[in-house]
Amino acid sequence: MEGRCGEGSHTQSPSCAAVRSRKPCMDTGKHREKASSKKTEPRRATRPSSSDTRGLNGTSTEKRLRYSDCDYTPLCPLLSVAALSLCTRFYRITEPPHVCWDETHFGKMGSYYINRTFFFDVHPPLGKMLIGLAGYLTGYDGTFPFIKPGDKYEHHNYWGMRGFCAVLGSCLPPFAFLVVLELSHSTPAALITASLLIFDTGYITLSQYILLDPILMFFIMGAVLSMVKFNHQRLRPFSWSWWLWLLLTGVNLSGSLGVKFVGLFNILLVGINTAWDLWRLLGDLHLSLVDFMKHLIARMFGLIMLPLFLYTTIFAVHFVILNRSGPGDGFFSSAFQSRLIGNNLHNATMPEYLAYGSIITLKNLRIAGGYLHSHWHLYPEGVGAHQQQVTAYLHKDYNNLWLVKRPNSDDFTWNPELIRHGDIIRLEHKETTRNLHSHLHEAPLTKKHLQVTGYGINGTGDPNDLWQVEVCGGKKGDPVKVLRSKVRLLHRSTGCVLYSSGKTLPKWGWEQVEVTCSPYLKETPNSQWNIEDHVNPKLPNISLHVLKPSFLEILLESHIVMIRGNSGLKPKDNEINSKPWHWPINYQGLRFSGVNETEYRVYLLGNPVIWWLNLFSLGLFVVMVSLCCVALQRGAKLGGTKKGKQVLMEGGGLLFLGWLLHYLPFYTMGRILYYHHYFPAMLFSSMLTGITTLDLVGMLSTKLGSFFYLFHPLSYGMNGPLAHDPTSSMAGLRWLDSWEF
Amino acid sequence: MQGVKLPVTVKCEINVLLIAVTVLGLLTRLYGIHIPASVVFDEVYYGQFVSLYMKRVFFIDESGPPLGHMILALGGYLGDFDGNFVWNRIGAEYTSNVPVWTLRLIPALCGSLCVPLGYLLVVELGYSHFTALGASLLLLMENSLIVQSRFMLLDSVLIFFLLLAVVSYLRFHKAPKSSLWKWLWLFLSGTSCAFAVGVKYMGLFTYLLLLGLAAVHTWHVIGDKTLCNGKVLVQVVVRFLVLVVMPALLYLGFFYVHLILLYRSGPHDQMMSSAFQASLEGGLSRITQGQPLEVAFGSQVTLRSASSKPLPCWLHSHKANYPIRYENGRGSSHQQQVTCYPFKDVNNWWIIKDPSRQSLVVSSPPRPVRHGDIIQLLHGMTSRFLNTHDVAAPMSPHSQEVTGYIDFNVSMPAQNLWRVDITNRESDRDVWKTILSEVQLIHVNTSAVLKLSGASLPDWGFRQLEVVGDKIYKGYQQSGVWNVEEHRYGKSHEQKERELELKSPTHDDISRNLTFMAKFIELQWKMLTVRNEESEHKYSSLPLEWITMDTNIAYWLHPSNNAQIHLIGNSVTWTLANLALFIYVLLFLTYLLRRRRKIEDIPEACWEQLVLAGVVCSGGWVVNYLPFFLMEKTLFLYHYLPALTFQILQIPVVVEHLYTHVLRSPSQHKAFGGVILAALCSVYFCYRIFSPLTYGQPELTSEELAALRWRDSWDILFRKR
Repeated sequence: MEGRCGEGSHTQSPSCAAVRSRKPCMDTGKHREKASSKKTEPRRATRPSSSDTRGLNGTSTEKRLRYSDCDYTPLCPLLSVAALSLCTRFYRITEPPHVCWDETHFGKMGSYYINRTFFFDVHPPLGKMLIGLAGYLTGYDGTFPFIKPGDKYEHHNYWGMRGFCAVLGSCLPPFAFLVVLELSHSTPAALITASLLIFDTGYITLSQYILLDPILMFFIMGAVLSMVKFNHQRLRPFSWSWWLWLLLTGVNLSGSLGVKFVGLFNILLVGINTAWDLWRLLGDLHLSLVDFMKHLIARMFGLIMLPLFLYTTIFAVHFVILNRSGPGDGFFSSAFQSRLIGNNLHNATMPEYLAYGSIITLKNLRIAGGYLHSHWHLYPEGVGAHQQQVTAYLHKDYNNLWLVKRPNSDDFTWNPELIRHGDIIRLEHKETTRNLHSHLHEAPLTKKHLQVTGYGINGTGDPNDLWQVEVCGGKKGDPVKVLRSKVRLLHRSTGCVLYSSGKTLPKWGWEQVEVTCSPYLKETPNSQWNIEDHVNPKLPNISLHVLKPSFLEILLESHIVMIRGNSGLKPKDNEINSKPWHWPINYQGLRFSGVNETEYRVYLLGNPVIWWLNLFSLGLFVVMVSLCCVALQRGAKLGGTKKGKQVLMEGGGLLFLGWLLHYLPFYTMGRILYYHHYFPAMLFSSMLTGITTLDLVGMLSTKLGSFFYLFHPLSYGMNGPLAHDPTSSMAGLRWLDSWEF
Repeated sequence: MQGVKLPVTVKCEINVLLIAVTVLGLLTRLYGIHIPASVVFDEVYYGQFVSLYMKRVFFIDESGPPLGHMILALGGYLGDFDGNFVWNRIGAEYTSNVPVWTLRLIPALCGSLCVPLGYLLVVELGYSHFTALGASLLLLMENSLIVQSRFMLLDSVLIFFLLLAVVSYLRFHKAPKSSLWKWLWLFLSGTSCAFAVGVKYMGLFTYLLLLGLAAVHTWHVIGDKTLCNGKVLVQVVVRFLVLVVMPALLYLGFFYVHLILLYRSGPHDQMMSSAFQASLEGGLSRITQGQPLEVAFGSQVTLRSASSKPLPCWLHSHKANYPIRYENGRGSSHQQQVTCYPFKDVNNWWIIKDPSRQSLVVSSPPRPVRHGDIIQLLHGMTSRFLNTHDVAAPMSPHSQEVTGYIDFNVSMPAQNLWRVDITNRESDRDVWKTILSEVQLIHVNTSAVLKLSGASLPDWGFRQLEVVGDKIYKGYQQSGVWNVEEHRYGKSHEQKERELELKSPTHDDISRNLTFMAKFIELQWKMLTVRNEESEHKYSSLPLEWITMDTNIAYWLHPSNNAQIHLIGNSVTWTLANLALFIYVLLFLTYLLRRRRKIEDIPEACWEQLVLAGVVCSGGWVVNYLPFFLMEKTLFLYHYLPALTFQILQIPVVVEHLYTHVLRSPSQHKAFGGVILAALCSVYFCYRIFSPLTYGQPELTSEELAALRWRDSWDILFRKR
């Protein structure tokens, strides 16, 4: 297959020319392709400079040239970049010796891993696990409480965790150096990029504390680097280095997704790149379909199966390490909680069947559904009836306890009687002695549903307090099993069913979750509840072996809980919210520590010169590429090297895409945003600056050089006809009539 | 005379099919549109704006640009509507002065014309007239489009302009080179795009799709090397002017007409800046007319906060002090409260005093206050100076408390000097002007800036808004900027006289005018940023429920019997449309992959035709549907109708392709023909079955209604006897 249009073969087949001409401007369509295939001859001369042509048809000499070209890594600059970035990141790393900004979260979660206590966070666990590991290895014992920013560390070993983040943060400049080197084959461009990252104050600040961002960015850059290296192995498919970089890309992808969901953008970038690559392979008719399937399957294995496997492994480790009950329990279902040592459901003993007189908690079966809850607060004026609020609450609390009573008499002193499918009960809130009640008023948020309130005093109420118990899948007379039965509560007088909508109430409802009575009787987890705690002194306690959930169920549940948590991070009223357009212009930083003159202050803000330079070069890139594309589309022959343009369009295009993918999605996000969310995008922007500025300088210098060549006879002397004569060596160069040569 | 050939003849070709579907469209949409003669669903919302247009009263509606309301108001104008109707309740009977028929006429006409436009669109995509007939019949018998067209609502108008824009663009694209007609079609396309965006912001999605299509076509023109550079440049520039610049200018034009028409002040004045309000007849301009322009020492002023979050309000003080201890145990200075109050009140008046003089009246000639001058602000009714000091503010403890100074003799000296900083000044010696100048008041001792914190005070502060001194204030924030709204030169020396003076209205006369652009920018900005409290509506739904029509909207119920109107689509058509989309995607992907391996199943021209049809129909569906997943506003089923229209057009396209290119044997053709006929019949029957809910007549019994409830999630109303 090789050599068909190589040096040795003198017949230039049109298909080769077509393949070649497709590359300089990526997607200009078949239209242009046809036009250009007509003139194959003039392009011959330019062929050796296009690396992609070589990719398909290159000869062995060219190959050798190219390999020596790309395998050559300038060690000296790389080492100095690495050394400089380590120095800048480690300088005064232990200052300030108190908790800064989000260290209060991530440091705390690192401690949870050391203490093996279960917690809940909106990010996947890898980053915090690594922080915990770093702390553990450097002798931190997990006893520091990390209560709020500003707390002094005193004798606790916090430097290990900070140092770990700083090490990962210092990898960014060398990685960027290598990526740009790979894309542009130009050490100056790579150096420009690396110095942008080394001397950016924002990256230094972000790398010096116990945060997820340095870890995240390490994996993002790692993935980009391996992807670029992998792209370069195009010529030698299935060689060991090809496999190495493919697998490394996969590993880094799972790493970035394992730290924060922002890693998804990174996966998207790699995905688009891979799709483009596969599309190219599919169009290569020399490749049989079997070979193509091999390529496809290899990529599916390396970029989908492997990351997925690693990602689930991370979660498996997470669940194995955290086996003690902690502050995150209430977010999860009863079955999940029974796994945790110290939780009241772990090896629990309680009466097996529900009976009148029992005190129970009801948990909604929706994932991350709360406990049925009420408290001493009324619905505000204008929101349905002015009665006591009933909500769903995610945390364990004494206000979640309800007393099960008969519909008419309060008398349950005699033998306890079991409650069965179809029985009618009243539920009295233990703390406030009001009955669970519903009536024909609109629910506060879900206007299609009815309001649920707490009504009556000391358990006396009205007929609207009656609820019919229904066991899902049960028939009349079935008893209600604790924990295992899915129960629905049907309101007697209106026929609606007790329902948790999952919407968060405003401030008056303490941002708890809305509970309504739904007239739509479809069986959904939102309308199903299970009985979690059950106390009835009259009944014998039985040890319960709740069905332990499978790993996949836990994984799914924890993801839904995380996504709910993420979208629940809404900006509060009156809080100044950072907007995505603030970021690239360096509009406002973030206060890491301290406010007043007397305090030690740290402020996260990018180096303004670097940031504005990046912004400028983004614009420059767009202008240069569009000019270049239009010129090529018009069939103009551009001066300068082909290679420069290819670096600009392919390498630059890839980085520009990366920037877009890591930046634009934030415009659509409803959650609260912070300035530091821009830093991954900024990595791409900095690398793009390296390539763009170099290209500009390159173009200018070749222009200058060529014009020097044209005009050099002026100074070194000329003879023959004057410039107005077309046979003159200076013909066409007399641009002004006043020039006398 | 020699150029004219006699006899002059006109050749006329009439497409009878097109005429027929137009007539059918008119019949189905216009039949009995004056019934019911009561307010139907969102008419209650749009009606109020029609009334305001009739009365020429200014309003601001954040839901969309003004063109849509203007088109509806045109109906009112044609029917001589005087605007006198209270739009407060769905189902309220119209009074005799409301021209129901003309009000509903324009949307109904637009809705009817969508039927022939669907026909033309399919023809322009290069498909046969049979296929086009099928497309128009499907649109004709789509109950949801009929319901939405028959009332004073905007969606049918929007769909009309969207289809018109696409049809005329395709005509432009197919027309032979450089004929005048070609450019007229482009012009029409640009205009309809502008109109579509002007009716609802949703039109923007299709506009962007069209721009994308035009960009690709232009890119081909650029790559056409048979054209010289000059010609290419002309082509590109003309397309840019007609498709981008002209719609933008037209959009401005809608606002221009809007502002010309509405010159009286009205219920939404408060949301606008003082300068804007002063440009309206009545309202604030009645008060501010003739106020002195330059603020001088001794002026009596009200200071309005430039920020209208959470509410527009005026700097205010009253005879009540901060509580000595707050609920959380922190202490205060116990001096007089200074707040921001959202209503006009005599306590909003302040007097500007020169710290070096005692006088509280304007000298003659008046000495104007300039940028950088130091002033004191004296509260008119209580004679306390505006003061701030290093005490934490009640609700925002990071900021300083602002008080009316009372000397309790507790070594807490008055700090009542403020520097005037005019933020929109032209020179550094600018004079402080009524209404026009935006001013920051910077405290001299602490350099804190007087600012609205956005929090509201608890009961002891009468729930008014908190005003604080912000020391770490940076940049320009609207909450820290104030302007003088009402203003007069103080004349009375004595407190009693002054109080009387403060209570009397202002007078004098100067006129000020904002330029159109200033008004437009302010109005547009307000429309985009003002957020009404979004709460769920009884009939609101989620985008995911739309595809399968899991939801409906009850539009109207007869006050005494079971006659009712619902927004329910033709289930058969919706299913077919989903199916067609699915088949199209399958076909497209198969062809695409096979072509990449150089296996050509269909000729090149046919492939291009299929792609273009996909871009318009499936693309139209995608751009009009997917963005709703990202929106946080309350959504209704009718938001899906533009997407649905494009999706329906996909059905005949796919059918024709299957018929000509996939099915080969005559027997298959026959069978497929039978299937098509059966499908059309079931579409018709479904239309007939649901027509009582579409037209609101005849009345159905409860049993019949229950039979129509094809899905459990539909809300169909039953009147209890």
